Amino acid sequence: MENKQQTSQEYMHSVHVSGRIWTTAMVLLLLAFPIAVSVIFNAVPDFKALGLGLLSTAPMYWAVGAIETFTYMPMLGAGGTYLSFVTGNISNLKLPVALNALSQTNTDANSEEGELISTISIAVSSIVTTVIIVIGVILITPLTPVLDSEILRPAFAQILPALFGGLGVVFISKNWKISVAPIALMLILFILVPALNSSTVGIMVPVGVLFTLGVSRIMYKKHMLD
Amino acid sequence: MEFNVNSPILFVLAGIIILAVLAQSVFFLIKAWRRGLKIGMPKEKLKRIAMTAAVFTIAPAIAIVISVIALAKDLGLPLPWLRLSVIGSLSYETVAASNAESAMGLKFGQVESLTASQYVTISLVMTICILIGLCLCPIIGEKYQKGIGNIKKKDGKWSEILFNSLFIGMISAFVGFVFCDVAGVVTGDMTGLIPVCVFFISAAIMIVMGLTAKKYPNAHWIADYALPLSLILGMASAIPITAWLG
Repeated sequence: MENKQQTSQEYMHSVHVSGRIWTTAMVLLLLAFPIAVSVIFNAVPDFKALGLGLLSTAPMYWAVGAIETFTYMPMLGAGGTYLSFVTGNISNLKLPVALNALSQTNTDANSEEGELISTISIAVSSIVTTVIIVIGVILITPLTPVLDSEILRPAFAQILPALFGGLGVVFISKNWKISVAPIALMLILFILVPALNSSTVGIMVPVGVLFTLGVSRIMYKKHMLD
Repeated sequence: MEFNVNSPILFVLAGIIILAVLAQSVFFLIKAWRRGLKIGMPKEKLKRIAMTAAVFTIAPAIAIVISVIALAKDLGLPLPWLRLSVIGSLSYETVAASNAESAMGLKFGQVESLTASQYVTISLVMTICILIGLCLCPIIGEKYQKGIGNIKKKDGKWSEILFNSLFIGMISAFVGFVFCDVAGVVTGDMTGLIPVCVFFISAAIMIVMGLTAKKYPNAHWIADYALPLSLILGMASAIPITAWLG
């Protein structure tokens, strides 16, 4: 528990210590699932298929996962990072929730208040998501024909455009000078390169981030952002 | 014990892990909330942040339930429930499960039953291939965050621009994604315009909400729920737009 004199640095250190403990426990728990199934049902994995499956999946997702970690960590804050990397759905839910909360309260992301706002919004979002999925699993039989219906399917298929339309207009209008170049680049790439689609958008996030950082740095040095 | 992809014991195992995930979220929520009160953040402000986050999450969370339904056809309910409550996303889990299944001569989406051995193999591939981020966070987290914090001490103005650049970089990738299928219009395929229309409708709703919030500064709910509303109305607009262009 924090004492009253706890400084910002001490608080942040305590978040990292808690994060390390929770994350280690979660990694072990996640690995425990297949191991427990294997023990309970006395089943040995198909090692050849396991090797092939890992070989065809791991290299890309490990590379993307490592880059994503460095990309998202500063945006999510410490507490938000430890939560988001366990609960997933970072770019389509956790980060937009945190961004909305920071924008709603006009708070600097790189401040202690920003850290707390980001953590609270991501924690609440994680809890609500978990509860809704539990309800969905319990009610799956009556819910499936509704959620999977012809009428509602187009709405859920367009969740990302609906999300980034609203979020985009807020952040782009506030930062239009640094937005022009990366948006132009991404529009050109996504329109002209057929391989870029919903499956590969995650890979393009670090590209967009690095490009924007480079352009912003040049503009800042040339006093174009004063 | 005879294996079944919907065996009750699998629900129990998945449930235990999901409870731990829930406990972690509650732990960090309480920790941040207490710290917020300690440094003088008003309780009302914290409540507003929490309420907005909860409302905002509903629609994307329902979309995750739909992903659970999609994956349950091959893998039963417990594994997709677990995978999509932690780390995973539909696209990743589909790729990982599909690669593991094809390595065993199965075809994703057409699996009628799985043996325990096949199930363990699939769940191992799905788990191991996404652990990198989770493993990196505790190793690099504190040093990396400190490095980012030091930028603010050295140059406050650049620190602000840097953070905005990170956000804009991510948003720009998704803006590009919205337009990824518009080239089909040239060949008469109008479906690529559906996400573009939804994007602009959602943006327009957000602008209207923003202007209304400015006009009525005491009506906090307008600013608080502008994004959740633009999300839901944008999604709703996809229904007639798809019927028109689809």
